[in-house]
Amino acid sequence: MNKAIEIRDLSLSIDGHSILNNISFCLGEIDIACLLGPSGCGKTSLLRCIAGFEIPERGEILIKGIIINNPNHYIPVEQRNIGMVFQDYVLFPHMSVSENIIFGLKNLQQKRIKQRLDELIELLDLDDQINKFPHQLSGGQQQRVALARAMAPRPGVLLLDEPFASLDIELREQLAHELRSILKQDGITTIMVTHNQLEAFAMADAIGVIKDGKLRQWDTAFNLYHMPKTPDVADFVGEGVFISGEVINNKEVKTDIGNIKGYIPDNLTKGEKVRVLIRPDDILHDDDSEITAVVISKVFRGAEFLYTLEMKNGLHVQSLIPSHHDHPINEPIGIKLEIDHLVIFAD
Amino acid sequence: MTFRKYSEVLHSKLNFNLSNFNLALVLLSLLFCIPVIVICGSLFFPAKEIWTHLFNTVLIDYVSNSFTLLIGVGFLSLILGIIPAWLITMYKFPMSRYLEWAVLLPMSMPAYIVAYSYTGAFDASGPVQEMIRGLTGWEYHDYWFPEVRSLGGATAMLSFVLYPYIYLLTRASFIEQSVCVLEVSRTLGCNYVDAFRRVALPIARPAIIVGLSLVLMETLADYGTVQYFGVSAFTTGIFRTWFGMDNSLAAAQLSALLLLFVAVFIFLERRSRTQLAFHHTSSRYSPLLKQKLKGTRAFFAFFVCFIPLLLGFIIPASFLFNWAIESYSEIFNKDFYLLLFNTLALAFITALLALAIALFLGYTNRNSYSFINRLLVRFIGIGYAIPGTVIAIGVLIPFAWFDNRLDDFLKIHFNISSGLLISGTLFILIFAYLVRFLAISINTVDAALSKIKPEMDEVAKTNGFSHIGIVKRIHIPIMRGSLLTALLLVFVDVLKELPATLILRPFNFNTLAVRTFELANEERLADAALPALAIVVAGIIPVIMISNSISKSRLGYE
Repeated sequence: MNKAIEIRDLSLSIDGHSILNNISFCLGEIDIACLLGPSGCGKTSLLRCIAGFEIPERGEILIKGIIINNPNHYIPVEQRNIGMVFQDYVLFPHMSVSENIIFGLKNLQQKRIKQRLDELIELLDLDDQINKFPHQLSGGQQQRVALARAMAPRPGVLLLDEPFASLDIELREQLAHELRSILKQDGITTIMVTHNQLEAFAMADAIGVIKDGKLRQWDTAFNLYHMPKTPDVADFVGEGVFISGEVINNKEVKTDIGNIKGYIPDNLTKGEKVRVLIRPDDILHDDDSEITAVVISKVFRGAEFLYTLEMKNGLHVQSLIPSHHDHPINEPIGIKLEIDHLVIFAD
Repeated sequence: MTFRKYSEVLHSKLNFNLSNFNLALVLLSLLFCIPVIVICGSLFFPAKEIWTHLFNTVLIDYVSNSFTLLIGVGFLSLILGIIPAWLITMYKFPMSRYLEWAVLLPMSMPAYIVAYSYTGAFDASGPVQEMIRGLTGWEYHDYWFPEVRSLGGATAMLSFVLYPYIYLLTRASFIEQSVCVLEVSRTLGCNYVDAFRRVALPIARPAIIVGLSLVLMETLADYGTVQYFGVSAFTTGIFRTWFGMDNSLAAAQLSALLLLFVAVFIFLERRSRTQLAFHHTSSRYSPLLKQKLKGTRAFFAFFVCFIPLLLGFIIPASFLFNWAIESYSEIFNKDFYLLLFNTLALAFITALLALAIALFLGYTNRNSYSFINRLLVRFIGIGYAIPGTVIAIGVLIPFAWFDNRLDDFLKIHFNISSGLLISGTLFILIFAYLVRFLAISINTVDAALSKIKPEMDEVAKTNGFSHIGIVKRIHIPIMRGSLLTALLLVFVDVLKELPATLILRPFNFNTLAVRTFELANEERLADAALPALAIVVAGIIPVIMISNSISKSRLGYE
């Protein structure tokens, strides 16, 4: 894999507060990565370190194999060949859309500038907007212009800071898919910051979960959901509850809702107390099941209900059930466990 | 019922009853528009001979001198204002935290006072040239020294004290745009200098033009400086025509010509203000990473920002201070107390009246959708752009006419003389002040009132508060600070006002500004220092308030 960007043991503190701690990851050409985490976790600071607006105290940043930042060496923002789309786009208010887009294309022949502009206008479907000014555009259009402006100089890495935060919620997922295909078409390596996992799932080839300034896991969306490496990641990505259990052998764990089979890591030996993650999709509704649970609360989500159920032993679990099964609160319903990926941590 | 009507009904009670007060509003605006109407109206009276005479003698001088002043002051204050604004916004260098507000200090100096101070210091007989002669042994004509009392000198004096307008507005624009837009431009390959040239400066252009328009309006309005330096400009010309030629029609028509110039700048200013709204870049603020300058560059940045402060405040203030110490024992007597009391009382009464009128207008217009109402209030606000000289003449002509008619009438019918009932009294002076400074209190009160959302009244009503209760518990606490600001700003401006006071003051009534002017014109510069210094000290108050409100408003900026 050709590394488009590599971060090695990066740490940042601001005013004596540690913001980022030993972050390392790398990203291949044309890959799209998301930094996912709750607000205040340090993900935007990481992006700003890559851009050069923050100066890390330790570690290295390399773009295309070239060191752009380490403790002895700092390349200024404007020489890093990065593109950045800011949270609320910040278009230049005194320039038209096309002037905004070609802003970063200095030292190029007029013909090449025009060519790149046309390419981007087509790619981002901005035909009707090129002569307008930023205040005449809608939020979605502004986002496209900001994106085109950042993509125009063909940056080594494109950085997106919460690109969907100022848009309507309904638009976000659709735009995320669109954005992904645009970036892939133009062949730009991208790192995006978000706190919304659905956006991350829709966009990313790889996702880094950051909490308290530490990179908890760097993985695909599927693996983060089904094979989280730490309880933190399991907790932040997707829904679910932990129940306690005990390892019986290297394939089975005993819990209060029955024995569960699956892959158990070698470090967990027989008799060890563990916590097992139960996702809402691990619990199926089954009228014939012997196990029953009482409906405590439910949230309607269109195609399905997310039920919170209370088991006989007082344990609470969640279950996603197709919405034609509309059970009133306090009704006992039959459930069964169907766990494809056992997620288990030592207690 | 449309929503608009519905809400009008909802809020109608606490705006006073619109239908009853509309008439009051119209009368009030008419009253305050009298000077402008009189001045513009004077153009309808033919006065061809006067104009031929003026044209053949002095008019070209007035126009060309005023024009040269405008260009010179505009250019110089742009340089003195914009460069420190950029350096202080973007870089850290020695003392930059203090310079940030200190470069505003020249605002506290009326231009005429700076002119007196520089003349005293740098004239042929002043201490500076004396020292040069002492050190070199040269005689007066052996060396070249710039003549303070000249057109160039007036340009310098006005620039030294007016550039803060440009600094203030430009810096506000830099701060507002700074963080995000500048960061974007850097990710697109701009270094700091490129970012300034290609992004910051163009975005700040409307703000700079607003500042420049204010500077140029003040330049046109200046009387004290050009008069003292013997430069024939519009304002001195109007004075000369009025007092010297005793020709009120010609003076009014000259004023009308001056108003035409002013109107251009009013137009420029208003248009640029509306553009400001479109030049808003981001609602998100994050702290700006200021670049730390070292070595010669740091010293250079400090030097560049320190120069305007030195020229506009430190030099004139320290000379004034020295002279004030010299003349203190002679000047600081019973007469000075009376002078101080007169001035303060006059300023305070005017400020209070202005506030009361502004409150009345504010509540009348509160949540009103009447276009006419808003237009009327705006029209009243134009007074601020009109030179004091013009206002004084526009006030004096109609009131003197009224006094004379009244006197004639009383003589004929009752055989008593009323004399100059209004035009010789403080009333006319206060009225002229109100015409000129009402805009300040109107703007401040409007800004304060707009903070009180109609919903707040509604919440209070649903909680069972009466109208008086709402005003007491909600309006007054929210507006208190702003009302005090309105009071202070007008107070200080009255204190500094010179030309209108010179024309309109009653006999034997002096203010600090007039006394300073008189003493300086008698070449008693040392004696003028104490009243001048008193004006400067008062002038520092609004500067402090302005720099405070900036530091409060700059979200995420440090």
